[in-house]
Amino acid sequence: MNTESNETRAKKFGMVIDLDKCTGCGSCMVACSAENNIPVRKDESDKLLSITWIRVYRITNGKDFPDTEICYFPRPCQHCGGKHDDGHSPCVSVCPATATDYDHSTGIVSQIYTRCFGCRYCMAACPYHARYFNWWDPVWPAKLEESLSPDVSPRMRGVVEKCSFCFHRYQLARDKAYQEERDVEEMEYQTACTQACPSGAITFGDLNNPDHAVYTLKKDKRAFRLLERLHTNPKVYYLSEREWVRRAGDNYLSNEEPTGAPGAYELKGKGGH
Amino acid sequence: MSLPGEKQTGREQTGSSGDPTNKGESGLVALFFIVGLAASLAIGWIVFPKLLYSKSEQPFDFSHVTHADAVGDCESCHFFREDGTYAGVPTLAQCTECHEEVQGESEAEETFVNEYVAEEKEVPWKIYSRQPDCVFFSHAAHVTGAGMDCAECHGDIGESESLKPYEENRLTGYSRDIWGKNIAGMKKNSWDRMKMEDCGACHKETMGSKGACFQCHK
Repeated sequence: MNTESNETRAKKFGMVIDLDKCTGCGSCMVACSAENNIPVRKDESDKLLSITWIRVYRITNGKDFPDTEICYFPRPCQHCGGKHDDGHSPCVSVCPATATDYDHSTGIVSQIYTRCFGCRYCMAACPYHARYFNWWDPVWPAKLEESLSPDVSPRMRGVVEKCSFCFHRYQLARDKAYQEERDVEEMEYQTACTQACPSGAITFGDLNNPDHAVYTLKKDKRAFRLLERLHTNPKVYYLSEREWVRRAGDNYLSNEEPTGAPGAYELKGKGGH
Repeated sequence: MSLPGEKQTGREQTGSSGDPTNKGESGLVALFFIVGLAASLAIGWIVFPKLLYSKSEQPFDFSHVTHADAVGDCESCHFFREDGTYAGVPTLAQCTECHEEVQGESEAEETFVNEYVAEEKEVPWKIYSRQPDCVFFSHAAHVTGAGMDCAECHGDIGESESLKPYEENRLTGYSRDIWGKNIAGMKKNSWDRMKMEDCGACHKETMGSKGACFQCHK
């Protein structure tokens, strides 16, 4: 019975990141790299070539001292659902190889490395720069190879990779749930970045499940999503008390009124996703 | 203007084949064609598959029948761990529970006890059903969730008295059981092949859809 609901009830995994709590420490990036076998380069400071599935951006309000404010913006893959939440995500709709697809039962956008042939069309389509290309075969420093996770397949040269919401953790949690004939619980499936965040800024769970913390948080009046006017319908929500941060989320011009834009943060909280 | 001229040359050629000497020639060409085709087919279907797969023996022989008689069922040795993952091939520690001393007189038993149990060395079994790196296969979902029988994918391995040689694809490094014994890819039984197509076909049949990529990929 429970195993059946495991299969049939559609989940929509998503994340809520409280930007007012984020200190920009980068623990999420480190935890993610370790969890997902992300290759390291000799010169990691070259951000054009290095790979990271969750990047912490720094934005400022552009004002002079003493009014300067800084906000750190962790950006994983947004796992866009598309305009009508039908899986018409920017990357999925352009992939000529079906190497990336939208899972309607979890809402996760996949990336299958063995299927990808590296045309990088998805990278061009993604408005969030969440996708990265492997220009080289991964080389790990000696001994580090032994610490790779067997639950995540390593990528080869010539393919695109991106955040998977640590989907392998869901696979493993489901294994246990199957054996115990029950559903996966909220805390059993959490992403590596969520658990690593020292200030507890990241919350992860099923956006469709009223018992999960993200369900209430996404309806918060501080909540907004990145580039909402593109109708990509991301599953990553951000929270901030600060008006200028919320404005930056959709890249509004200084003379532009966010209320007019469809799907702008003001419209949030009316029950829509 | 050149078109009719070409046509004429064509006609001339067809006309000349009626010539008795040329008839023998074309017969020879046809013969060579048939012999060549037969040779290519033979190379493609018989020689190439033999070259494609390398054969190797398991470290020592093993009888599933003998063990199934002694322990009862598959689950005694191939079980689920507490966290829901599947243990697969038993570890040395499990085998040692019974095999601390040599039992019986078989050569395999002697090799096992002397070379592995005594040395405390794990047996480097070659796994026939090992899937590629990018595949996540959940035994829990299939056996516990869907109530499938081991034999549906693994066939009658549980009734085998000795282990077949392990065949590895020289190009991909995968076990031959993934593509299947039939080089043309034909299958009679559900356990003849273990390709993505086969997973997809069964999922489509039983669940209505092949499922999303991340259901079985990692």
